[in-house]
Amino acid sequence: MINNEKVGFYEVMRKWLQKGRLLSLIAMLAILLTGCGDPTLSTLVPQGDVADKQFQLMLISISIMILVLVVVFVLYFFVLIKFRKKAGDDSMPEQVEGNHMLEILWTAIPILLLIILAVPTVMRTFEFDADAKPSKNELSLKVTGHQYWWEFEYPKEELITSQELVLPVDTKVHVELTTADVIHSFWIPSLAGKTDTNPGDGSKNYMWFDTGSKEAVYKGKCAELCGASHALMDFKVKVVSKEEYKAWVSGFKKASASTGDADGQKVFEKNCLSCHAVGEKGGNTGPNLTGFGEKEKIAGIMDHSKANLKKWIKDPQEYKPGNEMPKLPLSDEEVDAVADYLMELKLQ
Amino acid sequence: MSTHASHKKRTGLMDWLTTVDHKKIGILYLLSGGFFFLIGGLEAILMRIQLIKPENDFVSAEMFNQLLTMHGTTMIFLAAMPIIFAFMNAIVPLQIGARDVAFPYVNAVGFWLFFFGGVLLNMSWFLGGAPDAGWTAYAPLSTVSAGHGVDFYVLGLQIAGAGTLAGGINFLVTIINMRAPGMTFMRMPLFTWASFVTSGLILFAFPALTVGFFLLMFERVFGAHFFNADMGGNVLIWEHIFWIFGHPEVYILILPAFGIISEIVSTFSKKRLFGYSAMVFATVLIGFLGFMVWVHHMFTVGLGAVANSIFAVATMAIAIPTGVKIFNWIFTMWGGQIRFTAPMLFAVGFIPTFVMGGVTGVMLSVPAADYQYHDSYFVVAHFHYVIVGGLVLGLFAGLYYWYPRMFNRVLNDTLGKWNFWLFFIGFHLTFFPQHWLGLMGMPRRVFTYMSGQQLDTSNFVSTIGALLMGAGTIVLFINIIISASKKNIASADPWDGRTLEWAMPVPTPEYNFAQTPLVRGLDALYVEKTAGNGKMTPAEPVGEIHMPNGSILPFIMSVGMFISGFGFIYANWYAAGGGLGIVLITMFLRSVIDDHGYHIHKEEVEADIKGGRA
Repeated sequence: MINNEKVGFYEVMRKWLQKGRLLSLIAMLAILLTGCGDPTLSTLVPQGDVADKQFQLMLISISIMILVLVVVFVLYFFVLIKFRKKAGDDSMPEQVEGNHMLEILWTAIPILLLIILAVPTVMRTFEFDADAKPSKNELSLKVTGHQYWWEFEYPKEELITSQELVLPVDTKVHVELTTADVIHSFWIPSLAGKTDTNPGDGSKNYMWFDTGSKEAVYKGKCAELCGASHALMDFKVKVVSKEEYKAWVSGFKKASASTGDADGQKVFEKNCLSCHAVGEKGGNTGPNLTGFGEKEKIAGIMDHSKANLKKWIKDPQEYKPGNEMPKLPLSDEEVDAVADYLMELKLQ
Repeated sequence: MSTHASHKKRTGLMDWLTTVDHKKIGILYLLSGGFFFLIGGLEAILMRIQLIKPENDFVSAEMFNQLLTMHGTTMIFLAAMPIIFAFMNAIVPLQIGARDVAFPYVNAVGFWLFFFGGVLLNMSWFLGGAPDAGWTAYAPLSTVSAGHGVDFYVLGLQIAGAGTLAGGINFLVTIINMRAPGMTFMRMPLFTWASFVTSGLILFAFPALTVGFFLLMFERVFGAHFFNADMGGNVLIWEHIFWIFGHPEVYILILPAFGIISEIVSTFSKKRLFGYSAMVFATVLIGFLGFMVWVHHMFTVGLGAVANSIFAVATMAIAIPTGVKIFNWIFTMWGGQIRFTAPMLFAVGFIPTFVMGGVTGVMLSVPAADYQYHDSYFVVAHFHYVIVGGLVLGLFAGLYYWYPRMFNRVLNDTLGKWNFWLFFIGFHLTFFPQHWLGLMGMPRRVFTYMSGQQLDTSNFVSTIGALLMGAGTIVLFINIIISASKKNIASADPWDGRTLEWAMPVPTPEYNFAQTPLVRGLDALYVEKTAGNGKMTPAEPVGEIHMPNGSILPFIMSVGMFISGFGFIYANWYAAGGGLGIVLITMFLRSVIDDHGYHIHKEEVEADIKGGRA
């Protein structure tokens, strides 16, 4: 279970704590906790630098807390067993007022433990806050939350996509967060903790994370109640090799709106284009559908198939209650055509 | 002075509608709080059934959001707070040797405002849908929420909140002014101390909420733009206002539970509280620090590393006085004679459960890690450990402990133990797996989750636990019904009590103490049991007792507020103005009607004493 990154983490812990016993406790915890949950979703299986440091903080705090729990529980059970009233014993116990030594002890020790916890806490809090704003040389992203989908803009690459973030491995990503409507919260548990998207330019947020060394598709979530379909506001983070990423960017920019399916395209341009963009053309109130044929999911939640796409187009409210997409008066043939068209939208 | 004193004796329903007696108001609080507790519990069970398996469709997304909002709001404002007020009313005046609270009339106003506020809020279920923006009602979700749900939330809680504020002020004045001779601050029982600090927190925290609700009401009803970013407003103002109230609220809830546990642990260990002055100091310190940590609810809002770090350290600091309390309880039991009665069982269950909620609280205070925990099921697990595992176990303990004093009957101890074990095991089954759910990436407030995310098993276990908790609560109600149907009048001092509320016969005379007692030390009754003749020494001769008259005005005033609330919700200015008119008229009547109360004559009191009724 323990890979090389984890061993590096133990080295750090060794320097910090210099305590063999606490170390083995943490090691045991790490083994117990790692591998808990879906490796593309669980905070206990961190995949990037930020998530890893957050996992370390969890381990440190859980270790200290388990220490506290053990002391309290041992005392507690000892007292409950030892001092239960025995039948026939009606003696009056000694009325103890208190004990200064003990009281100082259980004030001072917690203070000490909390100082041990506070140091890495403050360090990491500053570390994650520093240098989050968009950078000229590094990858920057603009994330906008919508009820109930995510818009991802790559300002330097000049492209806008939705629902699926494509990122190169081993890269620091600077993120600017905002919203088109209510507060959402942008969370990729495997890679980094969440940050809220606040309305208004004055309340813009910034964060950064590291994509990690693995090529994988991670699950992203909205973590702030944002309306009826809050639970369905999932997104994906595809971490790909640097070459693949470059190819994706250039493919995206060259993508055109025309495929073989001229009928479907016509229906799309007449009914959908005012909200959804494909390539250069189209509105921006709905998700950008460039390269839709290659997505992982439909509407962020349904498996990517033509059948599901048709279901979605026919009644978006059924699958994501309260979302902004209207139920259009399309005939079955039109739905079929537009679904064919969308499924064929691929990047070159 | 009061030569016009007159008294009309009322009976039946009219007696309950007009009462200003703290003991009866305590019962009213307990019954209505208990009723709302059942509703909130039902909402919880419906939510857990929806989440028993992935992609379930037991309730709709919209309905789920209403359930989660109403569950939180009901449990905090309409169940937990009123039940706390029930015990404060029933017990605090007795514990300090007073004949009533300082302002009996205001006490009745406070209760009826809470009651009608709660009823107003719950009317939303039948009138187009309950609020759906969470109990935190974050703007702009709350300002753009369609329908009238959030209007019911704002107006209902505004009215209930006014009642709470009145109650808080009343208890501050009562505890400062109405203590019996010898009952110095440092001789007050811990429950009275906790009630005192809690009332202080209410005094400073609730006005923030009142202001917040007015802003939200102006935004929704009158089209203001405090929280509208497009019009120059700022949504973070709401979050700050809400949590400046909301965090102290957490301590408003838990401190009385600390007080209850302190009383019970001490009584059933037959020992005085270990480190009494440290306990008092810890209570005050927790209350004080409670105002300086609200940003830990907002670590992911983007306030920056400096703010986050300061509030992180302040939050950690609260662990210290809380830890002091835990150790003091354990050492109160150390060397004692522990009797595991039903109330003690709940108190004993409280301690480790609360410690577990406390340690996850410290974990949450680490901002950099909280970015992962925040708004996930880990948080849900944490606050249910402190609120249910802490507060609710404390309230159950208090109910079993003080039931004989409040209702002159004893609850069955065996059923009480069944209640405890079902609820306790159910509780841990429900909420322990939720820690893992959160860490494994499940956000809170989700009406469903997709399969294939390894979240299914824990959710299933959690729902089973919730059903067990429901079963435990049903046992409690069976117990209450059984005790009500039997004529088992309780003894005056069934637990070998140490404090003043056990120093008079049952039923408690309406004037509480025939003669105000003289308090000679901490655990006043215990002092007399060991160093005196087992009875309180009177601090005054038998004399006339001045009592307040009941009044229907508090009820009518609250009905006026209720009507006015409806008026504002539906923007019907006649109803809004008319309701406020009723309120003003009752205030006017209260001011001009000269009511001096009445006297219980010396002969009656003497007869009561002779007959063992006082």
